[in-house]
Amino acid sequence: METLFGYGFLQRALLAGVFVAIACAILGLFLLLRRDAMIGHGLAHVTFGGVALGLFLNILPLAVALLVAVLASWAIMILKEKAGLHGDTAIGIFSSAGMALGILLATLAGRFNVDLLTYLFGDILAIEAIEVWLSVGLAAAVAIVILTNYHKLMYLTFDRDAAKASGIKTKRLDLLLATLTSVTVVLGMKVVGILLVTALLVIPAAAGLQRAASFKQALWISSAVAFFSVVLGLGAAFVYDLPASASIVLLSFIFFVIFFLFRRKKTA
Amino acid sequence: MTEERELVRVEDISFSYDLVPVLEGVSFSILQGDFLAILGPNGSGKTTLVKVILGLLQPVRGTIRLMGKPTEEFRDWSKVGYVPQKATHIDPFFPASVKEVVAMAFSSLKKTSSLRKRDKEMSITAALEGVGMEAFRDWPIGNLSGGQQQRVFIARAIVNSPEILFLDEPTTGVDAATQEHFYEMLHLLNQDKKITIILVTHDIGIVNKHVNKVACLNQKLAYHGSHEDFCQSEAFKALAGGGHLVSHAH
Repeated sequence: METLFGYGFLQRALLAGVFVAIACAILGLFLLLRRDAMIGHGLAHVTFGGVALGLFLNILPLAVALLVAVLASWAIMILKEKAGLHGDTAIGIFSSAGMALGILLATLAGRFNVDLLTYLFGDILAIEAIEVWLSVGLAAAVAIVILTNYHKLMYLTFDRDAAKASGIKTKRLDLLLATLTSVTVVLGMKVVGILLVTALLVIPAAAGLQRAASFKQALWISSAVAFFSVVLGLGAAFVYDLPASASIVLLSFIFFVIFFLFRRKKTA
Repeated sequence: MTEERELVRVEDISFSYDLVPVLEGVSFSILQGDFLAILGPNGSGKTTLVKVILGLLQPVRGTIRLMGKPTEEFRDWSKVGYVPQKATHIDPFFPASVKEVVAMAFSSLKKTSSLRKRDKEMSITAALEGVGMEAFRDWPIGNLSGGQQQRVFIARAIVNSPEILFLDEPTTGVDAATQEHFYEMLHLLNQDKKITIILVTHDIGIVNKHVNKVACLNQKLAYHGSHEDFCQSEAFKALAGGGHLVSHAH
C-alpha cells in the first residue's frame, strides 16, 4: 500500500478525494436528516449545465459550475418558500433545466463531448495540483463552517420551531447549508463525477445513521466510511485497473450494507 | 406590596392564515411568577398565539413585547424556554443522545456569555436531574417513551435557566399517571425555581390543581384572569358545556 500511494498522481487523488468525501459525509448527514438528500442529485444536474457553459464560454468550468450551482441552490430555496412547492418539485425543475442547458450547449458547440464525459463520470486520477489544493481548501472550509455551527445546525435539523424560538436565524442557516451543498457537489464532481456525486453525500451518512446512538457517533462513522471508501476504492482502481469513481461508490455501498446488517436497534 | 414584573405584553394581536382569521384583537399580560394556562377548543388559536409571542409567526396587527422589548428587537432568547407541540417536531430516528438534545439549547447563548465545557456539562446534569432523566443522559432520544422525551425537551428548555417557559400541549399522547408526575414537576419549576410557565392545554384538571391564571381563547380572548374567577365565569361554562375540555383525574 505504501508503494502504491508513492505515485504522485495517486497522492493527489487521495488527498483531494479524502477531503472532499469527508466534507460530503458531514454535510450529507444534515441533508439526510432534513430529508433533503436529493438536493445533491439535483444540484449535480445543474452543475452539468454549469460545466457545459464554462466549456462553451472557454472559462474555467469548475468556477462557472460553482457559480451556477450556488445560484441554483438559492433559487430552489426561494421557490420552495415563495411558490409553496415541495422541495423535490423545486429540485426537479432546476435539475431538468440544468441538464437541458448542458445538452443544448454541448450540441451547439459540438466539440467538447469528451471533456464533458470526464465531468459526468469523474476523473480523479487525472486531477491537477491546483485542483487538489482548491478541493482541499474548499472541503476544509466546508467542514470548518459546519463544525463551528454544529449545535445550531443540529438544533435546526432536529426541531426547527424550537430552534427558531431560541433565537437561531434559521433562514440564514438554510442559505448557508444550500451554499455549502453547492460547493461540495461541485467538488464531489471532480472525485466521482456528476452522475455519482449524490453517492458521496448520501451513502456514508446513511451508513452512519444505521449504527449511531448520538450525533457525534454519526459524524465519526460517516467520515470513517467516506475515508475508507476513497482510500480502498482508489487502491482497488489502481491495482485492478477499474474506474476510480465506481470503485469508491461501490465500496461505500458495501460499507452501508455492512452497517445496515449490524444496525442499532431502535424502539420507535 | 411590590408590583410584579411584566414579562410578556400582548397588545391587540390579530393573525390570519390565508385571510382566515385565527386571532382577533387579543390583549393581555403575563407577569413574573405566573403559571398561566391557555385554554380553548381546537382551532381557537392557542398554538398560533404562542408562536406569535415567540416571533415564529408575524401578526397582521398588534405588537408583542418580551421583557419590555418588541419581539423583533429581543435578543435574550436564553431567558425563554419553549417546548413545541410534540406531534409536529419529533423524528424518532434522529441520532441524538439525550445529552445532545439538551445541549442544543446552548445555541441561544450570546457569544459573550458562552459557557465553558465543564459548566455546560454541569448545567446539563442539573437540568436532567430537575426532570428526573439524568440516568438516561447517553440514551438515544428515539429509544425513550413519549413522556420521557417530553421531560428531555423540558430539560432542554430549562438548561439555560430561563425566566419564562412556554409548553404547547406537552402531555399529548402521555398516559395519565405520567401526566400527574409531569404537572408536579412543572409546579416545582414554578414554585421553587420561580420560572414563569405558560401552558397550552385541553386539560381542565391541570387548571384546577396547579395554575394560578387562565387565558381562555376562541379567536378572541374570552377570559383572562385568576383561576378562581375563571371557574365561575361564562367562558368556563361555555367551554366545559361544549365538551371542548378533558379532565384527567388529578
